[in-house]
Amino acid sequence: MFEKALKGSRKYWLWLGFLGTLILIGFLAFLAQLQYGLGITGMSRDVSWGFYVAQFTFLVGVAASGVMVVLPYYLHNHKVFGPLTIFGEFLAIAAVIMCLLFIIVDIGQTPRLFNVLLHPTPNSMLFYDMIVLNGYLALNVICGWAALHGEYKGTKYPNWVKPFIYLSIPWAFSIHTVTAFLYAGLPGRHFWLTAVMAPRFLASAFCSGPALLLLALLIVKKVSKFDPGQKAIDTLSKIITYALLANIFLFACELFTAFYSNIPGHMYPIIYLFKGLHGHNEWVIFMWTAWLFMLIAAILLVIPHTRKNINTLAFACVILFIGAWIDKGIGLLTGGFTPTPFETITPYRPTIPELLISIGIWATGFLIMTVLFKIAITVKEARA
Amino acid sequence: MKRRKFLKLAGISAAVAGGVPSFLLREVKARSYTPPPGALTARRWGMAIDMKKCWEHPECNDCIKACHAAHNVPEIPEKKKEIKWIWKDEFEHVFPEQPNEFNNIVFEHKPFILLCNHCKHPPCVRVCPTKATFKREDGIVMMDFHRCIGCRFCMAACPFGARSFNWVDPRPYIQEFNPEFPTRMKGVVEKCLFCYERLEKGQLPACVEACKHKALIFGDLEDENSEISRILKERFSIRRKAELGTEPSIFYLIG
Repeated sequence: MFEKALKGSRKYWLWLGFLGTLILIGFLAFLAQLQYGLGITGMSRDVSWGFYVAQFTFLVGVAASGVMVVLPYYLHNHKVFGPLTIFGEFLAIAAVIMCLLFIIVDIGQTPRLFNVLLHPTPNSMLFYDMIVLNGYLALNVICGWAALHGEYKGTKYPNWVKPFIYLSIPWAFSIHTVTAFLYAGLPGRHFWLTAVMAPRFLASAFCSGPALLLLALLIVKKVSKFDPGQKAIDTLSKIITYALLANIFLFACELFTAFYSNIPGHMYPIIYLFKGLHGHNEWVIFMWTAWLFMLIAAILLVIPHTRKNINTLAFACVILFIGAWIDKGIGLLTGGFTPTPFETITPYRPTIPELLISIGIWATGFLIMTVLFKIAITVKEARA
Repeated sequence: MKRRKFLKLAGISAAVAGGVPSFLLREVKARSYTPPPGALTARRWGMAIDMKKCWEHPECNDCIKACHAAHNVPEIPEKKKEIKWIWKDEFEHVFPEQPNEFNNIVFEHKPFILLCNHCKHPPCVRVCPTKATFKREDGIVMMDFHRCIGCRFCMAACPFGARSFNWVDPRPYIQEFNPEFPTRMKGVVEKCLFCYERLEKGQLPACVEACKHKALIFGDLEDENSEISRILKERFSIRRKAELGTEPSIFYLIG
């Protein structure tokens, strides 16, 4: 079915060409990083993870969120999601591949990557992350491709796929839980040492991921004959709304615990992020933008009138996605490393090569997503 | 072969053949390493740092110089990317939970010597995905520079900021090259290793040997008759962030 990706409009090829250029630039920047070392980035002895790991964490959430269309269809027989599951699975494939790429570029000794397999270490959370991420990729390739093939042949997906589909549902929750456990079990990193880390990861993932999916579907509706249907869009936007409210609620829980207990270690990272500390306020404007965006999106999504209007819905999804991305991408990482174990502040700013590499990986993800969506749409159009 | 040994071996063979997982047989685990004759050995190495003696010589950096020269630790000019195995920092940074609003004369801005704590329960070892960092039977938290993939999970896990990462190739920044100790390459993590290579030869750690004022006391924490055990019984000492339960093996004598 791959041949379906080779026939497209001028716009389609222009878009792919644009993404290809970004990928090439990112790849060249990566070669420079391989040559010079990770010193090419803005990371430091004190902030030893940065933009790459932040993108990785955020994208694990996007990958997991594919389950938000798969689960209602397969467990609740929510029929309007039937045609959408493939898109959820394909989005997950693109996101997991981005995650793996972000890990590869973050590692100091890239050629030694497979030491993780040569010396498996079950006490490390990264060991489990490797298993769940690669497993999730495999599950989505199997389920997505089998379902698409069924559609292509005009039959239902074959029966042997069913166990894989049911397995993929809890598996989606597992990838983001394990990713939260990378952070939540470290002594001395107060911002991360919280039991609501995994629940909050899931909540923010289940609003930002479906928001991206919804935007992609609106674009699909515009550029092709495939219509996801008003009912499906309605359900999806309700899922986004509930998940966003859960995310805001869990963050409020964090604020309460930190500030009512008045324990300095718990308060400092939050104060640093939102108000600035010891004269450092690098991320204040970003954090306020993130949370204002998420709050505005919540209002727009809660009010039925604005949720049902396609323009305000799309706008809400865009700002929600940006807000969640800043909060979980940048806020989570810098907040965990600031203040340092010495209660000092070492500011972190990503460098240009670091951003170019990250953009290159995002472009790779969008390229994979575009090609997979194109195949799915062409198959669906042929059936219509 | 003695009868006892034979029975033991037979029992073990039967157990293995019977499919008992090897982790249940911890007591017969083979020694992974045998120290050469003449090596200094301990059940748990530790260090006590007599800060009172140290403060009498504020200009002295002998321990730092000796360590960094012995281990080819590079002098990276950019502070954010520096590598350090043993260094000094002030009281407020070393014990951030300790500062006292009203009694700030005794320790205010006083320098403390910092190095890897060689914790009994090291979080860095727990998180390492390749066993590149591991704890030896004598308590030393080791690093295998050749296995480390540079994921820096150990740096996120260490609550003491004891670990450094080679952001760039460190070799051009080495002041005096010591051919006795390996240099590192870019992309790996490093830290103090309690001079395992000197202990093997029957020598004390470089920093301990370099301290003219005998402020660094190195020894076996689990040997009741060792000097360090005696001193820890007699004098008041504190450990960094003891509340985190990592059980540091570095003690600061402040009383």
